Amino acid sequence: MSTESLRIVWIYPDLLSTYGDRGNLSILAHRAAARGIPVETYEVRSDQQMPTSADIYLIGGGEDGPQALAAQRLLTDGGLHRAVNQGAAVLAICAGYQLFGHSFFAKGAKCAGLGLLDISSDRGVTRAVGELRGDIDPRLGLPPLTGFENHGGRTHLGAQAAPLARVTAGVGNDGQTEGAWAGKILGTYSHGPALARNPAIADLLLRWSTGADRLAPLDDTWADRLRQERLEAASAV
Amino acid sequence: MPLIAKVATTASKTAAALSRAAGRGDGSVIGGWIGLKIDPDLLAHLSSGRAVALVSGTNGKTTTTRLTAAAVGVLGRVATNSFGANMPTGHTSALAKEGHTPFAVLEVDEHYLAQVIEATRPKIVALLNLSRDQLDRAKEVSMMAQLWKTALASQQHIKVVANADDPMVVWAASASPQVTWFSAGQRWLDDSFVCPESGHPIERANGDWWCTGCPLRRPRANWSVEDEGVIDPRGDWHLVKLQLPGKVNIGNAATALAVAAEFGVRPIEALPRLARVTSIAGRYAQVDRDGRNIRLLLAKNPASWLEAFDMAEQAPTLLSINARDPDGFDTSWLYDVDFAPLRNRPVLITGDRAYDLAVRLQVNQVPFRHVLSFDEALRAVPPGRLEVIANYTAFQDIRAELDRVN
Repeated sequence: MSTESLRIVWIYPDLLSTYGDRGNLSILAHRAAARGIPVETYEVRSDQQMPTSADIYLIGGGEDGPQALAAQRLLTDGGLHRAVNQGAAVLAICAGYQLFGHSFFAKGAKCAGLGLLDISSDRGVTRAVGELRGDIDPRLGLPPLTGFENHGGRTHLGAQAAPLARVTAGVGNDGQTEGAWAGKILGTYSHGPALARNPAIADLLLRWSTGADRLAPLDDTWADRLRQERLEAASAV
Repeated sequence: MPLIAKVATTASKTAAALSRAAGRGDGSVIGGWIGLKIDPDLLAHLSSGRAVALVSGTNGKTTTTRLTAAAVGVLGRVATNSFGANMPTGHTSALAKEGHTPFAVLEVDEHYLAQVIEATRPKIVALLNLSRDQLDRAKEVSMMAQLWKTALASQQHIKVVANADDPMVVWAASASPQVTWFSAGQRWLDDSFVCPESGHPIERANGDWWCTGCPLRRPRANWSVEDEGVIDPRGDWHLVKLQLPGKVNIGNAATALAVAAEFGVRPIEALPRLARVTSIAGRYAQVDRDGRNIRLLLAKNPASWLEAFDMAEQAPTLLSINARDPDGFDTSWLYDVDFAPLRNRPVLITGDRAYDLAVRLQVNQVPFRHVLSFDEALRAVPPGRLEVIANYTAFQDIRAELDRVN
């Protein structure tokens, strides 16, 4: 942490908050506070300057128009690039994940992304909607990913990005891999409040940003039941 | 009416009656389905000769349709799809069942508005609001607004009654030359921060809104809500007494009065009829069982959950969430709703997706207890009021437990 408290920024909730994206901010703040880590959260709108010194940055999903607008503003602002270069952790969801790459498609046109992840996205033939499940890259040491996806994009990974998971149900990037990660940046098509079903990913972001090797365990009885139910539901599809 | 339409109408009514007699449902879909199989133009045939008003939007359309039908009833008999069956099968059933009526007031699923305008040739279309609702299946909000706009642009003779407080609705209605604007408030703002015309941010202050990059802005309302009443276009204020709870229903009443006025009904004539509406297809219904007074509130999406919290009394509250086909399979909207208003009351949770709700409430710091059935919930609360807030199929499940209360 760069200061006394953990600082979490939610990027452009006015543009990218299609479905429960606020949940990731709430869950991170909740899990940090439960470990006695002081937290400050910031919701940075698209007409405000992006702070460069926060510890975790969250970016959510959205429709084509707001996605293109968000990419433009982040490129012009430059603050997020500085934050990432200084080692901030990032969780990028769906439209936010796509715009972290080199390019993406919105409203039929190719748009320049932030180039912070070595990925590029185009359009699939069909929309991917439904339960998503995958085995997460073993180097991250996390239990299986469970989520709900709803996107029309297909994402191709370059050499500098590793898949977040191997798909066992659903589509993700291309039916084989799902999401991407590099350094402390995580991107995923598990949309909306992805951390609700994946508290271990929330804790990974907290460990990265605090430098702690391990965090005190929390009572995750309800989250465990939810995970179990959704992992089984994805198998049944 | 062509012979085939007469045959189809009779078949439709018979099927609906059979479905009701067999206890399989309201009969409000199957009848229309059969009728349309026999005569694909049956909805158009049944509509001709009636003065039709359509009511569409993400939220409030069932209630507003019910209130509007009550208000228009001042002038004569009104056919209406009062069971919330809001697709063409439901419209067909409703019109077939009522026989010939001078008026029809139909609730229309927002996806079907263009199609139903084509078939029913309405005099009036009321547009309530557009917000996120089942995004795993439904069209995104701006795409829906575009569909409405296109549908209305080709029907310049229709009188539109539209919500001035919702930028998406205003933009969709702007294609129409004849718009009466009402202001019923917009509790949910998260889907209209970006102008659908220019892509620039929309600014808001003191109930007003405007685009920062193009001329789109809030039009002046002809009808508006003030305190417990409605101000009409002449500036007269009318007290609105309803048996339905919440400020949101005063807004729905304002919309109903605005639509009825287009047919020539004066507010003073309509208001006593609005006051007699008690519940709509189980919504707001109160049932007494085992000393508990159970009240049913339907909440299908984030905007309507906020409205339900506004209506619910400070009493034990059961929340039930499913994610079956009619609900949408995605529960992530739970994080768009702030459940904090429930912190100081006993909260029970149930439904197919109770675990999603459990995790949500934990993060929201709302204590709760998980129950496996409606009966268990009843036993878990003391005698007195039990508020039940449920999404669509969960609501229908509980309504079935209560003998399909209307």
